[in-house]
Amino acid sequence: MYTYSEFDEAFVRTRVAQFRRQVERRLDGSLTEDEFKPLRLMNGLYLQLHAYMLRVAIPYGTLNARKMRQLAMIAERWDKGYGHFTTRQNIQFNWPKLKDVPDILDALADVGMHAIQTSGNTIRNVTADHFAGAAADEVTDPRPVAELIRQWSTDHPEFQFLPRKFKLAVTGAAQDRAVTAAHDIGLRLVEQDGVTGARVLVGGGLGRTPMLAKVIREFVPLPDLLPYLEAIVAVYNLLGRRDNKYKARIKITVHETGIDEIRRLVEEEFAARKPLFSGIDQTHLAAITAQFAPPAFDKGGPEDYQTWRHADPVFRAFTDTNVTAHRHPDYAILTVSLKAHGTTPGDATARQMRALADLAEHYGHDELRISHEQNVILPHVPKRHLKAVHAALAAEGLATANVGLISDIIACPGMDYCALATARSIPIAQEIATRFEALKIEHEIGELKIKISGCINACGHHHVGHIGILGLERNGVENYQITLGGDGTETAVIGDRAGPGFGADEIIPAVERLVQAYLDLRADPGERFLDTYRRVGIAPFKAALYTAEEAANAA
Amino acid sequence: MPRPFTPKVLTANDLILGDVVYMTADGGWTRRHAEAELIEDAATADLKLLDAEARGHEVVGAYLADAVAGLRGPEPVHFREAFRTRGPSNYRHGKQETV
Repeated sequence: MYTYSEFDEAFVRTRVAQFRRQVERRLDGSLTEDEFKPLRLMNGLYLQLHAYMLRVAIPYGTLNARKMRQLAMIAERWDKGYGHFTTRQNIQFNWPKLKDVPDILDALADVGMHAIQTSGNTIRNVTADHFAGAAADEVTDPRPVAELIRQWSTDHPEFQFLPRKFKLAVTGAAQDRAVTAAHDIGLRLVEQDGVTGARVLVGGGLGRTPMLAKVIREFVPLPDLLPYLEAIVAVYNLLGRRDNKYKARIKITVHETGIDEIRRLVEEEFAARKPLFSGIDQTHLAAITAQFAPPAFDKGGPEDYQTWRHADPVFRAFTDTNVTAHRHPDYAILTVSLKAHGTTPGDATARQMRALADLAEHYGHDELRISHEQNVILPHVPKRHLKAVHAALAAEGLATANVGLISDIIACPGMDYCALATARSIPIAQEIATRFEALKIEHEIGELKIKISGCINACGHHHVGHIGILGLERNGVENYQITLGGDGTETAVIGDRAGPGFGADEIIPAVERLVQAYLDLRADPGERFLDTYRRVGIAPFKAALYTAEEAANAA
Repeated sequence: MPRPFTPKVLTANDLILGDVVYMTADGGWTRRHAEAELIEDAATADLKLLDAEARGHEVVGAYLADAVAGLRGPEPVHFREAFRTRGPSNYRHGKQETV
């Protein structure tokens, strides 16, 4: 876990002090909203439908108990007792009062956190594989590189007014859990001849023009990484369109310019910038890496883990879905679902946050992660403690055994909160989860990722959902479009649009018809929805969606 | 021929709380949609909007939203505006807590 240096501390405190004065000047009338808005956005403060919203960065999704408890304190003291974890590993507070925000930012600084660059046309919070440092399939922990990028990009003078926002994600594992292909820059850390470096992807993004990132360089050795990233962002800063907001992201720049020409320009820029890097970034990276040293794994052995699994079907179901293989044989990565059936995806109460902090401290080497799938992870839990952890989670309503299943839905805040939304997302997620819980078939269905966005900007990643749902407005009512076959992993695919959308009261039955079609079509219970879709194509699913509907209408 | 004017209310968010507010006939702010002034002509609407924009020390993001006359006062037309009169649907937070 990285601890703020004196420099980080001084920078964040200075920024809070500046913002405190800016809020005072806004409240006493010296600043107009036009003048104040860019200042508040620089510090993560939005105005939404019903209230202000503060978006706090959780760099590479990593927290410890102290930070989590501070988030709980903020939720209770200045908000309504809960927080919302987002698809970009941020936490959003939905009800802060403008006058309280400087105090909230100071409270964040107390634990080495901030809300800087969680908005605006800058490099945003750097995200990473939520199993970093723990996954069995990992080549190298992506977090030191992510932290280096956080420091490099924070207040980077050249990149404060980019054509549009800019998002980076880093993974160090074979399995891509960080959706790197849907980021402006995606980094996949790899080893080549004993040297660690990055496969660099550029120009990915969802939103109104979804595109998968393209490989710009197969291998950039770590010592070259910052100058190479700087070269990419510098090229984009000059070429990126500022005449049209919808064409301003780097995905459009890459698309219009062509990846080969972008590559040439970046190499040229890289050659010019590389000599300006003295190597101090590498000294610094080494110091950061030391702070992410793996915990001292205990030697307790798994004890009765398998016996418990055998004896207790509830515990078995929980560990079947929520446990992932750890690099240490006697450890588990435990995903705590924030998707209890019928609740709001990604929301945690202050009490739940404290319970998670306690568990991390007592059983999990003081580490917590937030996933882009809006769950919380205890990355290092000895298997012999899993029974106790499960019991503690159950007492707090946090033991839902549904990770990766149909009710583990990603949903953006949608029109329940967001000023940009065109329809609600949360109630659709709640209804799908409740419906399939009632049917008692989600374990039989197996892995199925539903992702819901309440507008075309796609914060809910609907394009890469196995079933994606996009909420729009049609003729004055909410309408939901379905995409099928999307995939956000290392085999990333943008989903196909199924056809005309469905009304709010038609969308749950439509999803049910899709699932029924899948159960009828799958070769065997081991064939996932996505695999079946890839094998049989869209036609039978379209038939299930629309033919049945037409028949019902005709009846 | 110009399109006939659709009645409107003037709405914004309170500067400090962020809560949704509506302009009343006497130029004050109310938290209840039904207490808003239903503006029936374009000229008045333009003037009210200018007035609201000049009151940036009270409210943020003023705009005109379609509304219709109801039994107890103006009612929202678009579902987005209906949501703004209540609060989110996942918790009883916002206006629905108290109003």
